[in-house]
Amino acid sequence: MGLPEIWFFVIAALWIGFFFLEGFDFGVGILSRTLGRNEPERTQMLAAIGPVWDADEVWLITGGIAIFAAFPAWYAALFPAAYLPLLLVIIAIIVRAVAIEYRYKRPGERWRSVWDTSVAVSSALLALLFGVFWAGIVHGIPLTVDGQFVGNSLWSFINVYSLLGGLTLLTFSLAHGATFLALKTTGPVQVSNERWAMRFDVVAGALMTAFAVWTYWEFSRSDFAALLLGILAVLGMFVALVANWRRKPMIAFWAHGVAVAAFVLQMFVALYPNVLPSSLNPADSLTVAGSAASEYSLTVITWVSAFALPLVIAYQAWSFWVFRKRISVHDAAASHY
Amino acid sequence: MARMDDSLLVDLSRLQFATTTLYHYLFVPLTLGLAPFVAMLETLYWRSGNPVYRSMTRFFGSLLVINFAMGIVTGIVQEFQFGMNWSVFSRFVGDVFGAPLAMEGLLAFFLESTFLGLWLFGRDRLPRTIHMLTIWVFVAGTWASAYFIIVANSWMQHPVGYALDPLTGYPVLTDIWAVLFQPFALWAYAHTVLGGLVAASVFVFAVAAYHLKRRQHLAEMRWAWKSAIAMGLIAAMGQLIVGDILGVFVTQDQPMKIAAGEALWETEGPCASLGIIAIPDQEARENIWEISIPCMLSIVATNSLDGTVTGANELQAQYEEQFGPGDYTPNVWIAFYSFRLMMGFGLVGAAWMLVAWWRTRKGRLPEGRIFWAISIWIVFTPWLGNMFGWIFTENGRQPWVVYNMLKTEDAVSSISPSFLYLSLPIFFLLYGAFAIVEFILMRRYVIAGPIPDDKPMAGEPAADLPKQVV
Ligand code: HDD
Ligand code: HEM
Ligand code: HEM
Repeated sequence: MGLPEIWFFVIAALWIGFFFLEGFDFGVGILSRTLGRNEPERTQMLAAIGPVWDADEVWLITGGIAIFAAFPAWYAALFPAAYLPLLLVIIAIIVRAVAIEYRYKRPGERWRSVWDTSVAVSSALLALLFGVFWAGIVHGIPLTVDGQFVGNSLWSFINVYSLLGGLTLLTFSLAHGATFLALKTTGPVQVSNERWAMRFDVVAGALMTAFAVWTYWEFSRSDFAALLLGILAVLGMFVALVANWRRKPMIAFWAHGVAVAAFVLQMFVALYPNVLPSSLNPADSLTVAGSAASEYSLTVITWVSAFALPLVIAYQAWSFWVFRKRISVHDAAASHY
Repeated sequence: MARMDDSLLVDLSRLQFATTTLYHYLFVPLTLGLAPFVAMLETLYWRSGNPVYRSMTRFFGSLLVINFAMGIVTGIVQEFQFGMNWSVFSRFVGDVFGAPLAMEGLLAFFLESTFLGLWLFGRDRLPRTIHMLTIWVFVAGTWASAYFIIVANSWMQHPVGYALDPLTGYPVLTDIWAVLFQPFALWAYAHTVLGGLVAASVFVFAVAAYHLKRRQHLAEMRWAWKSAIAMGLIAAMGQLIVGDILGVFVTQDQPMKIAAGEALWETEGPCASLGIIAIPDQEARENIWEISIPCMLSIVATNSLDGTVTGANELQAQYEEQFGPGDYTPNVWIAFYSFRLMMGFGLVGAAWMLVAWWRTRKGRLPEGRIFWAISIWIVFTPWLGNMFGWIFTENGRQPWVVYNMLKTEDAVSSISPSFLYLSLPIFFLLYGAFAIVEFILMRRYVIAGPIPDDKPMAGEPAADLPKQVV
């Protein structure tokens, strides 16, 4: 395995980090609006992600920059091709971040309710869009020679397979978010989320299974690793379901981690050796080798990541540990968060 | 690039990039400058236990957080735009440019966001000393992020540490240290960070003026007033010196930018004169009218009396020989006036601080309404100074996006201009709406002032924002 291959999987790892962490933030964002029966309960749920959601989002920034730095040709072909889906992503990111921050800045039912709805809608949209985006890449887009995109920026990414990918990630985020809330809250919010986590796991598990089978069957048949990862994804969701049913949210939380890691990795294995398959002519696909940055440049960012990533994981873990205490409605209302 | 559609696409892409970056840069200077100010306040509280410092930490901390939230989302937009709108650029520079950007993400953004979370919510979860250290780590993160992005930008201004790939013709990174530590980048970084400190000082100064005028929160605001003046004067002095040195580098590396910035068409020297006001005629390539100070430009641009400064016409001829026919002169109007407005707006705050310091020496609080009005409204000037600084830097580089290597018009994505007709209004609407919300919130929190709070810092609820603001 050379540096380009390593970076191909580092990028997978960054996106796994993003879906694992921001996944529950998306879920909590949606659930606070739908399960929270009143303003204090919504505040309680959002308070659970208050200290961490922003840092979780940095996994997205680095996941994007890593594509830029390690595979400039991939970045340069993909981002303009996906102009319209990414524009939607940007809008949702802006609205969501501002809404999460500014809802606290004034008391009052009306003010908060507007922002909370924005949080829910933008969170749902983002989970859906990122699933569609990645599944759309695996499916392939109309590229001609040199990564020249000749399709429609929106419709090229939308097909049954990519929509399935989007719904899988959306329901996964709901299950993951409910599990996180079952872990982090007390009182009625905890009880209702325990119940909902299980239900979401059923749906997300079913969709994840369908997606894994499809990915294997259409895009990576006869690839043993893809088969294994598909099974792992299904297994992870199944374990999470049982754990949530047994009221063991901590186990379910990590099982979700395994499932989403396998979900992303299976897509990357299905992609390899391409980074951006052409749906017109397989020979025009962008490949790992053909779009990688130079050896020296990759070496530089490898050293930086080898130093920085363990450190990042260590201090983010520490931050989760600092905020390990469960949050009650009372705590959340007593502070502004 | 002769087709109508193409030049429209370039113009719209430029408009979108320029407006969204400048919007991002509304929030950046305050984060850069206010973060260390708040960190210093908390450190003073940590050392002395004086509640005045604590209520100020919370007060300015809450303003910092309101500002920071917008800084982050607008930054993410920029990151996406490189690929979406400037894909040829991204493909071209990715091998070199990607490295500092990746460092920014891995070494700075993670630090900044994780430790801000710890600081904000960790007040009752962390020991005092650790809590105080978290904000310093946050400061380090923001300053590191500014460093890496300036390194990337400086490489576009003055490419170093690369070789051209014989096959593709793209630059390939050969020496990361040259990119990270080229003197131009270091001076530009110092200049940018000082610009942030100037902005934050004038901001604190104006906030203090608002309350001092009303004779309220005197203990806090007298302190804030004095330290803002001290910080502002030092930063502005530094800015003058650093800006002067930076100018020498730019004269060397991008002579055309300085020629345009000085509306200097014909080569002059020794003893080149510095224009104060000029009416340039871009078509005729001469000034219709100007007022200038003899010999001043030689001093400013080369730091010696008898330095020669090359004019735009001579440079244009040189470039045509080197790169073929084309217009290599940036818009001289914009360059000349943005340069002067940067200095003017950037320094007027410090100049007024000097007056204010004199009028309030020995604890006096003057009655004059005009005095306080100026002290408050001056708050907008450093933002204008910073923005004109970037306009000078980026516009003065035109027609190049990567100096002497890639032209802006060749750097855009080949997308349909209709996409920009869609995205531009969306950005304008969203950014406009949030600018209003942000401004209202800021104003409300500034007016509410610090909330005195007798509870000790450890064990108190994580609220660091005034609760009863309606
Ligand atoms: C000199 C400083 C400076 C300059 C020129 C820029 N930024 Fe910036 N950026 C910062 C200084 C900064 C900061 C101080 O670190 C910010 C601003 C306020 C803030 O909240 O963090 C930030 C935030 C920020 C973020 C969010 C980081 C996070 O989540 O913590 C991103 C992705 C970018 N920026 C990207 C960019 C891009 C692509 C730029 C080029 C056009 C750019 N910035 C110009
Ligand atoms: C007399 C004082 C000043 C001089 C001589 C000066 C000089 C310069 C020069 C030569 C540049 C261009 C750098 C380039 O092309 O890359 C620049 C850029 C800039 N200036 Fe100034 N400047 C002065 C004061 C200020 C002040 C007071 C501020 C803000 C408060 C400011 C903010 C900026 C910014 C934000 C940039 C763009 C970023 C950068 O390249 O550092 N400047 N300045
Ligand atoms: C450090 C980060 C950067 C900052 C702060 C910055 C700032 C600015 C500013 C203030 C302008 C407005 C100037 C004007 O309209 O005349 C501008 C214009 C522009 N910038 Fe940058 N820029 C940065 C990086 C980049 C990068 C990475 C690109 C690469 C695509 C870029 C490309 C452009 C282009 C094409 C314009 C429009 C030029 C024009 O209208 O004159 N800039 N930038």
